[in-house]
Amino acid sequence: MSFVEYGDTIKDGDTAIVFLGHESMFPVKVQHGTVTQTKYGVIRHSTDLIGKKYGSKVTCSKGGWVFILHPTPELWTMNLPHRTQILYSTDISIITMMLELKPGSIVCESGTGSGSLSHALIRTVAPTGHLYTVEFHQQRAEKAREEFREHGVEHLVTVTNQDVCKNGFGVSNIADAVFLDIPSPWEAIGHAKSALKAEGGRICSFSPCIEQVQRTCLAMEEYGFTEINTLEILLRVYNVRTISLQIPDLGKAAEDNSSTGFDSSNPSHQGSLCANLQEGTVQFKSGVPLREVVGHTGYLTFATKS
Amino acid sequence: AMEGGPSARIREGDCAVLKRDEVFKAVSVLRRRKIIFEKQWFYLDNAIGHIYGTTFEVTSGGNLQPKQEVEETTTETKEAGTDNRNIVDDGKSQKLTHDDIKALKDKGIKGQEIVQQLIENSTTFRDKTEFAQDKYIKKKKKKYEAVITIVKPSTRILSTMYYAREPGKINHLRYDTLAQMLTLGNIHAGNKMIVMETCAGLVLGAIMERMGGYGSIIQMYPGGGPVRAATSCFGFPKPFFDNLHEFPLSKVQSLLSGTFTTETLTADSEENALVEGESNGLTEEKQTSLQETEEEPTTEAAMEINPTEEQDTMDINAEDVEFKENKEKENKENVREKQIKQWERRKKLIEAAALLREKNADGLIVASKFHPAPLLLSLLEFVAPSRPFVVYCQYKEPLLECYTKLRERGGVINLKLSETWLRNYQVLPDRSHPKLTMSGGGGYLLSGITVVLEKGKSDSSNSEALKMEEPSSKRCKLQDLPC
Repeated sequence: MSFVEYGDTIKDGDTAIVFLGHESMFPVKVQHGTVTQTKYGVIRHSTDLIGKKYGSKVTCSKGGWVFILHPTPELWTMNLPHRTQILYSTDISIITMMLELKPGSIVCESGTGSGSLSHALIRTVAPTGHLYTVEFHQQRAEKAREEFREHGVEHLVTVTNQDVCKNGFGVSNIADAVFLDIPSPWEAIGHAKSALKAEGGRICSFSPCIEQVQRTCLAMEEYGFTEINTLEILLRVYNVRTISLQIPDLGKAAEDNSSTGFDSSNPSHQGSLCANLQEGTVQFKSGVPLREVVGHTGYLTFATKS
Repeated sequence: AMEGGPSARIREGDCAVLKRDEVFKAVSVLRRRKIIFEKQWFYLDNAIGHIYGTTFEVTSGGNLQPKQEVEETTTETKEAGTDNRNIVDDGKSQKLTHDDIKALKDKGIKGQEIVQQLIENSTTFRDKTEFAQDKYIKKKKKKYEAVITIVKPSTRILSTMYYAREPGKINHLRYDTLAQMLTLGNIHAGNKMIVMETCAGLVLGAIMERMGGYGSIIQMYPGGGPVRAATSCFGFPKPFFDNLHEFPLSKVQSLLSGTFTTETLTADSEENALVEGESNGLTEEKQTSLQETEEEPTTEAAMEINPTEEQDTMDINAEDVEFKENKEKENKENVREKQIKQWERRKKLIEAAALLREKNADGLIVASKFHPAPLLLSLLEFVAPSRPFVVYCQYKEPLLECYTKLRERGGVINLKLSETWLRNYQVLPDRSHPKLTMSGGGGYLLSGITVVLEKGKSDSSNSEALKMEEPSSKRCKLQDLPC
């Protein structure tokens, strides 16, 4: 396996995702002789994982079972160890499309952070593109390098440990796209412009606050970027539920049928209504929004160098 | 390299997109072809050789000229009011009449000069606030300055264009929803994808762009053939089509049950090929050169944004006379050509069937006008375990049903029903706010991951994996209701 190529069977050294149930999973590094504890008991890598098909059900020592999944950037995003605040797949999706990324694209990114976006970018530009990612925090840069190695994508990415606002991306005139997720993106717009190819490219900046967006937009205009466009994308997830609603008692059943407010002039209608009344409830399927959802991640500002 | 972007310059025969403000139109770059866009007409001849992203001015006679970067001819007096307490709408603030403006235009005076004259002849302009002046100028520029930008097609541009111009053709799939599908489906180079779409080929094109010519795609199609009008707008290089396969939806059941044979297949496909050959007539060759094997069902209405469609009508006229003269000769060639085509078509269908039979696809994308439940239940059979699938539907209710049916079937986990909202912002100094309008709806997605399906076993034993979403519906007690 690698994060850019599917494999069928689980191999020694793979990063796999252990799926325990609804939204409950964690990554595991597959190693001969190692065991992993879950709430359903122990998983023995040598016998339970290695050689098995991805997507298999694995029975743990206490009799419960889990699924072992092939890693993808999206699963990684949901399970990676946080070293910083990360970008989630909803924002990542629109960033990837609006930056027009595809196999062969050269992308610059800063900061690397926890590598959530980096993995998605690498997946998209592989096998012939490249990611140049800049992280000014030395430990985070080192950790990212290590993860890229473990995930079999180190040939597709260069991690540089420097301050993008002062020193830029370390490359010039080669990028098709630049992405910025730093506190003061306006200080990096000039560097972004020189990293992009002479014939042009796309840029995106992610900022939680509108004041940051305003300064970034001004800087983009100053540096001659066009098509400057700010947007925000929000995810709504629905739970699928069967809902039962009670039919109110308006004293109708006992006395007058016409006082219910339903159309009782149609005999066939009346029939179904009665059936419902007998049951006392009406049932239907509904997509129910979660009680609390993410209302804001950040503003995404896109622009074109042409 | 396969994925290497074609040169950044506009070439004859390219598929390009015209852009004016937020309005797009896909065209083929051809000489002496009159284009009508946003109430302007022009020829693209002069654009050839320029870099993509260049902005052109439309001159009289329909020629395009690269726009000169002019320093803003701002009003010499930077006078402005502070509020509008003394501005009265008497309809007489503009001293130029309609006829005056028309006369200016007829004289061939440049748009920006007309705007300047309008400003000078507006009695209220100086009393307007700075912001209002700004807004006034922008509005007039938009109306009188005839500029268009020529950009390279991409999923970003084409999906935005389709959603704005022809949402009905793509089942109201908004571009941010399409973006989610590509990510949730882990679309990337090397995949073996199954796609079932009736979105004019836009979803297919988006997937092809993300796969960059690496891997393979099997497109399942209803009716006589897949619609790829939007796919052709991408201008993909020829090799991208080498591993693009198609398979008729009507043969899926027989393929799954094992009764499918290439005998029935070939008979059917020949029939289809024949019908198409006749309906497409002599334009067939032209069409294939531009968009490979195109099989537009005749019911599909010609789309304004489909460049090949426009082209066809032109070509028929141009070639009609010549055609009659060479009819005899060409007839023989045509028959031979048709036979070769049929043979190739049959070969590709057999290949597609073989690829499906392996049942090891890396993902499934569904976005069609049909009810998604039967599609999903059948097509998931062809997907390997531990692979993502994404189903789009304009409406939420059919996806609720899919959800329930998939739970009953098993073999899938991490089911998620979702929707995205998209909000655009105006960002200007002291005038930042969300845009006035936003799209009401861009459709819904149901996504999940396949796992090894244990047939015959209903997994009722375990834990969370099953008690997940649906709590056993709490039935209301009957005795509570007098009935």
